Amino acid sequence: MKSAIPKTVVVPPGHRRVGMEDSHAAALAVRQCNVDVVAAYPITPQTHIVEKLAEMVANGELDAEFVPVESEHSAMTVCVGAEAAGARTFTCTSSQGLILMSEVVYITSAMRLPCVMVLANRSLSGPLSIWCDHSDVMSIRDCGWIQTFAENGQEVYDLVFHAYRVAEMADVQTPVILNVDGFYLTHVVESLLVADQEVVDRYLPPYRPRHSLHPDRPVTMGAYGVPDLFTETKKAQDEALRATYPHIVRAWQEWGDLTGRHYHPVETYRTEGARVLLFTMGSIGQTAMVAVDTLREQGLPVGLVKLRLWRPFPHEDLRRAVAGAEHLLVLDRAVSFGGPGGPVASEVRSALYGQVDAPVVHDFIVGLAGRDVAVPDFEAMVREVLARKTAPRHEDYVIYGARE
Amino acid sequence: MKKPASLKDRATPFRQAHELGWRDFEPGFVLTEVASSRHYHTGDWRSKRPVWDTSRCIQCGVCWIYCPDAAVRRRPDGFFEADYDYCKGCGICARECVTQCIEMKDER
Ligand code: SF4
Ligand code: SF4
Repeated sequence: MKSAIPKTVVVPPGHRRVGMEDSHAAALAVRQCNVDVVAAYPITPQTHIVEKLAEMVANGELDAEFVPVESEHSAMTVCVGAEAAGARTFTCTSSQGLILMSEVVYITSAMRLPCVMVLANRSLSGPLSIWCDHSDVMSIRDCGWIQTFAENGQEVYDLVFHAYRVAEMADVQTPVILNVDGFYLTHVVESLLVADQEVVDRYLPPYRPRHSLHPDRPVTMGAYGVPDLFTETKKAQDEALRATYPHIVRAWQEWGDLTGRHYHPVETYRTEGARVLLFTMGSIGQTAMVAVDTLREQGLPVGLVKLRLWRPFPHEDLRRAVAGAEHLLVLDRAVSFGGPGGPVASEVRSALYGQVDAPVVHDFIVGLAGRDVAVPDFEAMVREVLARKTAPRHEDYVIYGARE
Repeated sequence: MKKPASLKDRATPFRQAHELGWRDFEPGFVLTEVASSRHYHTGDWRSKRPVWDTSRCIQCGVCWIYCPDAAVRRRPDGFFEADYDYCKGCGICARECVTQCIEMKDER
């Protein structure tokens, strides 16, 4: 039987097992991708990733320009300029930093520059907080980047390679944000499988941009889009992002073939015969697996669906994963003030709208600014859902655990 | 300096902005043609056009210097005129003309 906690650990060929902080694993992966330019401004809880990369550059372990910019806006701008010149870049931020760089984040995707960003998820102020939730990434939900979520340190490490592989594919050319829960992942030391450089080199070819800034081949990037063209440019951008889906899946397949570690847009855990499905994104999925084991032991038919790919949204995979369940308990880690529930639940409802036999969606906003969501909390939410006499309306949601 | 080819002289006819579909762009709206903004006829915006009375023009070139769209050009005879493909009709040339010999006339 599958279990949340693996019993035995096998080191596959081309790997070694090390104990490492997840932030350092992210930095190591970025180094193994041999980036040319790193531009970032330190912000908790992203700091260890960037500090480690600065150290690698200073020690000569990574042959890259490390640009210690004066703000996140400049960090993203440096990456845009460097990508436009044909460099492979990396940036990393959190929360307020993302908000400050957001102007350029939208421009990056519109220009189809395959930048890679690790976002160490942290709540947006105010009140001031440094702890994890997803209000930062939800603020740029529509920025046009491919957006993936990691659940543990191994995934952080693996998904960095996937980010570069996908972003730079000739048919993709779209930037990627890898979401990594602040502190839950960034500051945790885990036992990880680290791939040999030779494995990485087989997976990630050198970056070959379609266009780059060069005096011998002049092009215009970032041109003004007159009203006569703007709608068409947005249509082109939207079609391009939607068309990345098969490439994202293919890149995961290739990584799985090389390493034995497989990833999918939507992943499931013990969903067979489940009446209630939990629905998570990010590190909370790990606790949810333990909760599923616990609840199953109590005879409650509970399973788990985890969203790994947030953009482009995998509508079909989601429908397939939840088919047959009665209730879908969506865990949101951000509030959409005055809106139709948390951002994840409202998208899930959209995906299921009009589907015959779709599960009833129950929206619980949890884990704001690092508030713990422990196994008993999952149990309480599942029991509350099963006790509900009537289905919630589409706009109903609960901010779970908020004291009266 | 060689005069840039007039749009009408081009071997391959370009398509005006409103004729382009979303598949016609390079990814990221990268423009590979140098000076493609020439295809964009800002003269379409004009509601008044500058008209020169050369009998009073002293050929000082102030209108040529002041035009914000570089739409004033010098004729071989030394006088100046507007390239109406790009003249937006702002009236700056008429305002700045030393001898007040440029008149802004209504487009109709
Ligand atoms: S009206 Fe304005 S745009 Fe037209 S020629 Fe005069 S200064 Fe230039
Ligand atoms: S500013 Fe007036 S006088 Fe001078 S060149 Fe232009 S039209 Fe002639």
